[in-house]
Amino acid sequence: MTPLLFIEQLLNGLQFGVMLFLMSAGLTLVFGVMGLINLAHGSLYMIGAFAAAAVAAATGSFILALMASLAAAALAGALIELTIIRRLYDRDHLDQVLATFALILIFSEGTRWLFGSFPLFLDVPAALAGPVTLPGGIEYPTYRLTIIVIGFLVAAGMFALINRTRIGIRIRAGEADREMIAALGVDIAKLYTFVFALGAALAGFAGALVGAIQSVQVGMGEPVLILAFVVIVIGGIGSIKGAFVGALLVGLTDTMGRFLLPQVFALFMEPSAAVSIGSALASMLIYILMAGVLVMRPRGLYGVS
Amino acid sequence: MNLRNAALAASMALIAATAQADVKVGMITTLSGGGAGLGIDVRDGFMLAVKQAGRDDLEVVIEDDQRKPDVAVQLADKMIQSEKVDVLTGIIWSNLAMAVVPAATAQGKFYLSPNAGPSPLAGKGCHPNYFNVAWQNDNLHEAAGAYATDSGFKNSFVLAPNYPAGKDALTGYKRFFKGELAGELYTKLGQTDYAAEIAQIRASGADSVFFFLPGGMGISFLKQYAASGVDLPLVGPAFSFDQGVLQAVGDAAMGVKNTSQWNKDIDNAANAAFVESFQAEYGRLPSLYASQGFDTANLLISAMDKADVADADAFRAALKAAEFDSVRGDFSFGDNHHPIQTIYVREVIKEGDVFTNKIIATGLSDHVDAYGAECKM
Repeated sequence: MTPLLFIEQLLNGLQFGVMLFLMSAGLTLVFGVMGLINLAHGSLYMIGAFAAAAVAAATGSFILALMASLAAAALAGALIELTIIRRLYDRDHLDQVLATFALILIFSEGTRWLFGSFPLFLDVPAALAGPVTLPGGIEYPTYRLTIIVIGFLVAAGMFALINRTRIGIRIRAGEADREMIAALGVDIAKLYTFVFALGAALAGFAGALVGAIQSVQVGMGEPVLILAFVVIVIGGIGSIKGAFVGALLVGLTDTMGRFLLPQVFALFMEPSAAVSIGSALASMLIYILMAGVLVMRPRGLYGVS
Repeated sequence: MNLRNAALAASMALIAATAQADVKVGMITTLSGGGAGLGIDVRDGFMLAVKQAGRDDLEVVIEDDQRKPDVAVQLADKMIQSEKVDVLTGIIWSNLAMAVVPAATAQGKFYLSPNAGPSPLAGKGCHPNYFNVAWQNDNLHEAAGAYATDSGFKNSFVLAPNYPAGKDALTGYKRFFKGELAGELYTKLGQTDYAAEIAQIRASGADSVFFFLPGGMGISFLKQYAASGVDLPLVGPAFSFDQGVLQAVGDAAMGVKNTSQWNKDIDNAANAAFVESFQAEYGRLPSLYASQGFDTANLLISAMDKADVADADAFRAALKAAEFDSVRGDFSFGDNHHPIQTIYVREVIKEGDVFTNKIIATGLSDHVDAYGAECKM
């Protein structure tokens, strides 16, 4: 193993983490502020990717495709908040899980009905295609580097929004005491719709960014959703900072585990057994990480007690 | 006189009716969720053949297994007990086939597999009523290994998902690849990001890459591989390069060599007619899976012409004879009821705006799977 390969894998972990952050930021806000478990968050990710693929196919512009993903996911988010999610805030978590699981099925089959069963095409824009040579001679895909930069910019924007703006104050207040801020005259219903649409837009944006290097297909959101839940549990529910740190931690742990564990096992085992045991353990690693964090800090890294 | 004639005619009709007993087929396949494209293609290929045969003594019941083994088992029970089907078919995934096939054949039903070919059903778990019309799971990977050896590759990096079919894939490739392995990786099933694996491929010093990543996994891998700047030649089975997924991969798949027992340019009359009529019927090019569905239905119809399904021994012999015009050209069953067939090497090309494949070489001729010797029936 060379230092170059190690650094490249660190970048890969970072990029994966940044994607997870976009996905989990909305999830943690919705969970923290409204106390809602939203399983349909993965569907919003899928909607973003499909909207981007459709617009990219029609116009050929990746920028327009990204904007379409934001708009479509935010719109879908606002729509389901106003019609369905709103009725779930006062219900217990089991009702929420059942209702949002139904939404997954509706969105999946609806998407299939609209776009068909075959994966759609969405490609990286020509300007970002191919690798770029970083200092030290590392060849790294330009598009992944761009994702890292975009992810950090969005994270900075979210920090500013939560910590520096009036809306952010209301969101934090809503998290702390829902009845009190309603009593103080804040239109809590409107605030909830806004937070939900914002989280949806971020998920849709993540779907579009990732869709360009993965496959845009029905059901693409659910595997990511599971990881996003791991992230917000590690980071502490409701905390944007927690989601950010948790996402990077999960991204790095998963990538480095997949890369290093088979090699570590190969030191004292025969290669093919090391590969299969190492890979099996690597896929469990983030759950071990989550268990470890919960033992030390039951409310997550930045959770408020 | 008239009365006698009428009686004769009536009794003749009665005999004809009993001889021409209806055949009821239960198709359990994946029509919703992430793997639906494959099931839809198998169904469409199958139903096209049924439509072309134009028989009124063949009835097909179609149900969606949602890619879930428990659902598939329930559907099979329902079809056998209340629908009273004679023949089952349609299953795409090996784990579902393992859950349904042994129970169905044990109850005396015929099962014709249009896709999955897990090794236990070709070896120790083979059954006289089980026929695989597609391939044994290892076959296409074995051809890929043979092709890599023929191309003079000395040092392959191999990767597949960490589940039984993935392990079969690497086993199959290694069975026919004579060079060294630069690296071997099992990825998570359903994994969509391959940056870590691609970085290792780059650092491994390999001269070629073999991968088995069906469906969306393959699309993700190919796009990311193309963006990474690694330009080692890729070899894989047809599953990641089929008509249903190629358009989603785009330019990233151009020129990649993949192995398949079928392609739309195999030169025979049955295939030309199939490709043309499939396009006319459904408005898209047929895929590997569609060709398998089409062959499955034609095999069944050929057996119906020769024997009554109620006479299981005769019907089984008629299936075994496989006297139908396969779109693959020559087709016959080995002793374990798996195909003996030629597997080709294809290259991804672009025809106008559509990505598709053309055959460039023969991988393995009249290939027999590796498990037949373990099959005692």
